[in-house]
Amino acid sequence: MFEQFKSKAEGVSAEVHRFATRFGALEFIIGFLQGEGVADRPGSYAIWAACPFLEGIERQSLQQFAGLKLEVTRELAAAAKIGISQMDWALADTGTLAGDSSRLDGRLASTLTGIHIALVPTSGILPDMPTLLTRLHPDASNYIAMITGPSRTADIERVLTIGVHGPSRLVIVFCDELGGTE
Amino acid sequence: MGTTFKESIHQAVNNANLTGALGAFSEAYKVNRARAYEGIDFEELRGRIAELKGNAAAHLDQLAEQFTRNAEARGAKVFRTSDPAAVREYILKVAQEGGVTRIAKSKSMATEEIHLNPYLEKAGIEAGETDLGEWIIQLAGQTPSHMVMPAIHMTRQEVAELFSKEVNERLSSDIPRLVKVAREQLRPLFLEAEMGISGANIAVAETGSIVLMTNEGNARLVTTLPRIHVAVVGIEKLVAQYGDVATILKALPRSATAQLLTSYVSIISGPTPNDDGSQKELHIILMDNRRSEMAADPQFRQALQCIRCASCLNVCPIFRLVGGHVFGKVYTGGIGTILTAWFDELKKTEDIQGLCIQCGACKDVCPGKIDIPELIMEIRRRLVKEQGLPLMQQAIYSVVNNRRLFHGMLRAASLAAKPFTSGGFLRHLPLFLADLTDKRSLPAIAAEPFRDRFRKIKQPPCKEKAAFYAGCLIDFAYPEMGEALISILNKAGIEVVFPDEQTCCGAPARYSGAYEVAAGNAMDNIKALLAQEVQYVVSACPTCTVALQHEFIRDFESLGQTERLPRARELSARTVDFSTLVKQLVDEGRLTLQEGQQLGAITYHDSCHLKRTLQVSQQPRELLEKAGYALTEMFECDTCCGMGGSYSMKLPEISGPILQRKLHNIRQTGAPVVAMDCPGCVMQIRGGFDQAEGGVQVKHTVELLAEQVKG
Repeated sequence: MFEQFKSKAEGVSAEVHRFATRFGALEFIIGFLQGEGVADRPGSYAIWAACPFLEGIERQSLQQFAGLKLEVTRELAAAAKIGISQMDWALADTGTLAGDSSRLDGRLASTLTGIHIALVPTSGILPDMPTLLTRLHPDASNYIAMITGPSRTADIERVLTIGVHGPSRLVIVFCDELGGTE
Repeated sequence: MGTTFKESIHQAVNNANLTGALGAFSEAYKVNRARAYEGIDFEELRGRIAELKGNAAAHLDQLAEQFTRNAEARGAKVFRTSDPAAVREYILKVAQEGGVTRIAKSKSMATEEIHLNPYLEKAGIEAGETDLGEWIIQLAGQTPSHMVMPAIHMTRQEVAELFSKEVNERLSSDIPRLVKVAREQLRPLFLEAEMGISGANIAVAETGSIVLMTNEGNARLVTTLPRIHVAVVGIEKLVAQYGDVATILKALPRSATAQLLTSYVSIISGPTPNDDGSQKELHIILMDNRRSEMAADPQFRQALQCIRCASCLNVCPIFRLVGGHVFGKVYTGGIGTILTAWFDELKKTEDIQGLCIQCGACKDVCPGKIDIPELIMEIRRRLVKEQGLPLMQQAIYSVVNNRRLFHGMLRAASLAAKPFTSGGFLRHLPLFLADLTDKRSLPAIAAEPFRDRFRKIKQPPCKEKAAFYAGCLIDFAYPEMGEALISILNKAGIEVVFPDEQTCCGAPARYSGAYEVAAGNAMDNIKALLAQEVQYVVSACPTCTVALQHEFIRDFESLGQTERLPRARELSARTVDFSTLVKQLVDEGRLTLQEGQQLGAITYHDSCHLKRTLQVSQQPRELLEKAGYALTEMFECDTCCGMGGSYSMKLPEISGPILQRKLHNIRQTGAPVVAMDCPGCVMQIRGGFDQAEGGVQVKHTVELLAEQVKG
């Protein structure tokens, strides 16, 4: 199902990566931030919303990284270049990420920023939406969110343009070691 | 038709930006939609949607109650009303109590329906649209021209102009740059607005959830940043179960924009935290505005199965010429005509219902399985009931309903040198159009109608009999088609009889909403065609065949004339269209086509009633190929030719460009001959080629096959 997901997600301009270990994923993210020239000034820094991935990582070592902030407020998110958050599920047939987004910080990091990096446990890949709806119910979440590719519009002369109000890049990072949500 | 309405059509069809953008979109849409549905059984899917939405429409009250209970249990405030004014007042009250000065809106047709923005602005509250298309038309002071792509009628230069004024800077028309400007300009609104207003694509009774879909991400921001969220939801958005969401989401983005899924989907089932630690104030307004009345109407109930994808606009040959503004200020296109009749008023559709050419393209793609053309016919019928027919039409139909007088006048017309340049009724008869020879010649009325020629035809002794229903065009304009049909059937051992008392099939009256007149025609024809024992009643006109097979029954049903139904059903069972009958006879070995012929290239035009009502498209193709023609399919082979009976007379400015497009598509194939099964299409397309360069031979299938049948 990973291959199916990858091809569908890339079909809507998302970037898909997969790593066996947390370490591998983290290494990729740090490299990505460096490559994007992340720095501690408005418009150039990255924010990382609290998520299970961070729980197994020494926060102190990350905090030393200049331009990476582990707190998310609307003000910080509005001026961040990159937002990192975790999504619980991925739908193979449409290339969609999904999860409980009741917490505000994850939504801010994934919507207001220019680039969204989404961490996803590889075990969270499901075949389709009907399956998702059996796993994720409004009883457990007041805000269920799905994301399929970056923000887009075709409102001017039907020309597809990426990045209107949301991120212009969606970078999906699967991590085999992250474990399931269940 | 009102002069301002005619004027708006004139402006639209002469707006090259509009017709160019819509034309290109409609062509791309068909291809992309098909790709998006690859591997999906659309009929099965839309069957499920029609069922779940149909059930919801039958239990609106119950579902609204259940939704209210569940949403309130999760902390939302639900306000249910049937009155648009009450919706506006409620929102204003919430805004005033919450100290709101700015509102960020994501796209909501329900708020367009109740004209919310001007109301709030009058009260001193700024309501800013955040969907890029909606924002563009808000800046331009216009209304949406398409439900999904509100600003499709505007060029990048016009948008650059608008944005330049807004930011006080000369902007180029580079689209990515313009989109960036919109992002920068609207960001403060999202961050500063105290209230966000959204619509909802789905409302789930079982869980009290609303579902929102956008591509830009604005609904996510509108429901995340402001501390108050108000969702305005038409009660037709209700579904019973949470699982229904997956069913609708499978079709909605595919049908709307040919996407597998929109970039963002949010399922909101209660308040979430604000960044100051407080809980968001969530208000959900369930708005009725005559939807319950619609649900109680046996004909119109099905319109509530609409999921607002606008695919009926995207495939409509009329919409792609005139765009949305001709239809009015809120809902546009086929479904828009129906919604306007209910949410606004029936009278408002007096002009726009006439835009529908009844080609049925929308019915084929509707994921809610709504018979849109039929509902537009029903609107016509109710308008006629309410307001009566115009006097001139009454006079015409009184003639059409009197067979002797009607046929007598047609004969008289054939004798006059320029029969249709003057004279009261005839020039207004739907089929013989005098004042419309612009870009299309009209056939001369045959010197000798088919009914007279028939008497001179000698037929061999046969075992079986078929009654031929000629229809007005073959009888009075193309009698040779009738002769060709007889020669073919005779070779299969079928004698053709021509019941003299047959008359107009009633289509002109029926398609104008004059059902009583049509039912009169139906009665006369049933009597004539069932007078003697025949195996088949055959017609070479699909519109007539549809009348004989389906419409007579419906006429009687809708008028409550149940005593007439058994005979109508008997006629229906015997009626068959020409190509279906001949294909059957060839398959049974009763007819044989010449073998080893190489007749050259041919292309085939699908007539609307044959393809979409009678579901016949392969039979004529197989026969022509078997006869030795090499079939080359044209682009949009089953798109209407613009004839539509009296349509081409009432709206020549629309019919004309549709015909030109068809001629172009035929020419592109390079085939010297185009075949079709409808004399109406022959009249339209042959007339078109007659006045154009590079003529192509236009033939009814019956004419082509008559030369190729052995025996």
